[in-house]
Amino acid sequence: MVDDNTAIRVEHVSKTFKLPHERQSSIKGALINTFKGGKRTYEKQQVLNDISFEVKKGEFFGIVGRNGSGKSTLLKILAGIYSPTKGAIHTSGKLTPFIELGVGFNMELTGRENVYLNGALLGFNRTEMDAMYDDIVSFAEIERFMDQKLKNYSSGMQVRLAFSIAIRAQSDILILDEVLAVGDEAFQQKCIDVFEQYKASNRTVVLVTHDMEQVRRFCSRAMLINNGDVLAIGDPNNVARKYSELNIQKLNTADSVDNSAIDIRLINDQGKTSHTYGVNETVTIQLSWPLDLKGVKNIGLGVMKNSGELMFGVNTIGKGVQLKDNQLSSSIKLDLGPGKYHIIAGLFGDSRNATIDFRENGPEFIVKGNDKNDEEGLVRLKNEWH
Amino acid sequence: MFSRIFSKQNRALLSELVRTDFKLRYQGSVLGYAWSLLRPLMLFGILYVIFALVIKSGDGIPHFPVYLLLGIVLWTFFTDMTTQSLGSIVGRGDLIRKIRIPRWIIIFSSSISALINLGLNLVVVIVVMVINHVAITGNIFLLPLILLEIYLFALGISLFLSAAFVKFRDIGYIWEVILQLGFYLTPILYSMTIIPEKYQKLQLLNPMAQAMQDARYTVVSQHPKVITIARAFDGGWYTVIPFVLVGIALVGGLVYFKSQADSFAENI
Repeated sequence: MVDDNTAIRVEHVSKTFKLPHERQSSIKGALINTFKGGKRTYEKQQVLNDISFEVKKGEFFGIVGRNGSGKSTLLKILAGIYSPTKGAIHTSGKLTPFIELGVGFNMELTGRENVYLNGALLGFNRTEMDAMYDDIVSFAEIERFMDQKLKNYSSGMQVRLAFSIAIRAQSDILILDEVLAVGDEAFQQKCIDVFEQYKASNRTVVLVTHDMEQVRRFCSRAMLINNGDVLAIGDPNNVARKYSELNIQKLNTADSVDNSAIDIRLINDQGKTSHTYGVNETVTIQLSWPLDLKGVKNIGLGVMKNSGELMFGVNTIGKGVQLKDNQLSSSIKLDLGPGKYHIIAGLFGDSRNATIDFRENGPEFIVKGNDKNDEEGLVRLKNEWH
Repeated sequence: MFSRIFSKQNRALLSELVRTDFKLRYQGSVLGYAWSLLRPLMLFGILYVIFALVIKSGDGIPHFPVYLLLGIVLWTFFTDMTTQSLGSIVGRGDLIRKIRIPRWIIIFSSSISALINLGLNLVVVIVVMVINHVAITGNIFLLPLILLEIYLFALGISLFLSAAFVKFRDIGYIWEVILQLGFYLTPILYSMTIIPEKYQKLQLLNPMAQAMQDARYTVVSQHPKVITIARAFDGGWYTVIPFVLVGIALVGGLVYFKSQADSFAENI
């Protein structure tokens, strides 16, 4: 059924939920419906339509989609929590049975007791947990708190503890829903290290997320589902772009030409590609585009804050720059407050509206704040006290 | 089949669920586990004063305090197990929606918690037996079989109730009323001799009444006033009816639970 390289094969899986118009959790309601001659008052909601795909062993496979696209339902079917209405799933190797970290954690129990309880949910008995206990606690870095009740833990501590137990699960395929959405940078790095080890030992990870940054960073392959259909599968960059397109369509952003052919690179003052800059540092943005894009007369470049504000925009025609070939660089001093930004760029013809190509989601970069904390705000304006 | 059901993983999960249940039950109370013994003792004290001293519903049955206590303990076990199981699938909804575990383990862990309580309560029964100078006979070895019968009856009902409760929340209230009715229909607080003979037979067709009277016969007294099903029907074939009912409850509960288990995660 499943060849040696395939970890999961999903064949024509459909899932339909019966949604009662009015929730039928009373016997009276059920009786009334029976007397109505079996007239059904629920509607069927098709959450997944005939989905088929494969995940290879050792892959870091991402499943992305908007809210309500069916991605979590698919994950629950993979984990064996829901059963599919139609179709079949073949797996080789053991799957983790959980889709979230810290399932079954009880706030009234101590950290120690929760470790054993959570371990039991993963199938470990007391003796096995005794052997692992010290490793779990030291990985989570919460030795001092193990005899306190979980309700006194910070959310970060809870997640660290949960993750630290979850990675002990003796499974070949790890299934996770939005796990990296929580935790600080240091913890995320720890997660990534663990995932690298998984990869090295040919174990498979399936991750559901709607953070495209994660998809680009971790996934070796990804799949986009929308309204229960597979919209795209394959290269994570393509899938992430499709996903952005989908969101842009929904937002009704007019005539943005995506699938852009414009290549954008960010170079720091040491001449290296970098996505992290300090306040007031200078970034050199290298733009290039295919030769077959003819008639380019004007180039626009902008720095967008990820929250949606255009921080700065500039074009070549206004500055009287002559275009010679299919590339151009621009240096920008980042007098900006700390935060996440990305570049947008467009190629235009003669008139203002003649868009040849436009890149909506250029590379992202981070501006890090300094330690002095002597300035605040979105931008760093020139200022002198008199 | 049996070794798969009681695999290492399932045993570990079962023991951890029972442990957690126990820890949480007495959390924040000063006396803690002591309540497991104190609660039935105090309840028994109240019922003893009312029914053995004031109303005198014992009708001359020897060792009536022990007779009374044993009945209360067995009935408490039955209600504990069924009411705890009833809400257990819905109560563990967070687990069922997020992790793949055998659903029956949840019912099984509730039943083990109830069994542990039964064990503690039987210790109280033994203490009262010693105080009351009850003569122990060889019949006592039949008691485990009677307990098994009650357990299987309660298990079948628990499986049915817990699965039905996922879809119909009315079950909780209905079961409460049925238990209240059962409390009086079962000869817990009174001697069966105060009931007209034709109704005695009817009453003993209820597995709980039959098991309770048999348990009293084996443990407390073989006095003619301790009416058992064998005595009431004089050994006729009707005596198997309670056991058939237990079988129906168990098989019916299992079949219904199994048919619903796959959709628990969606319906909770």
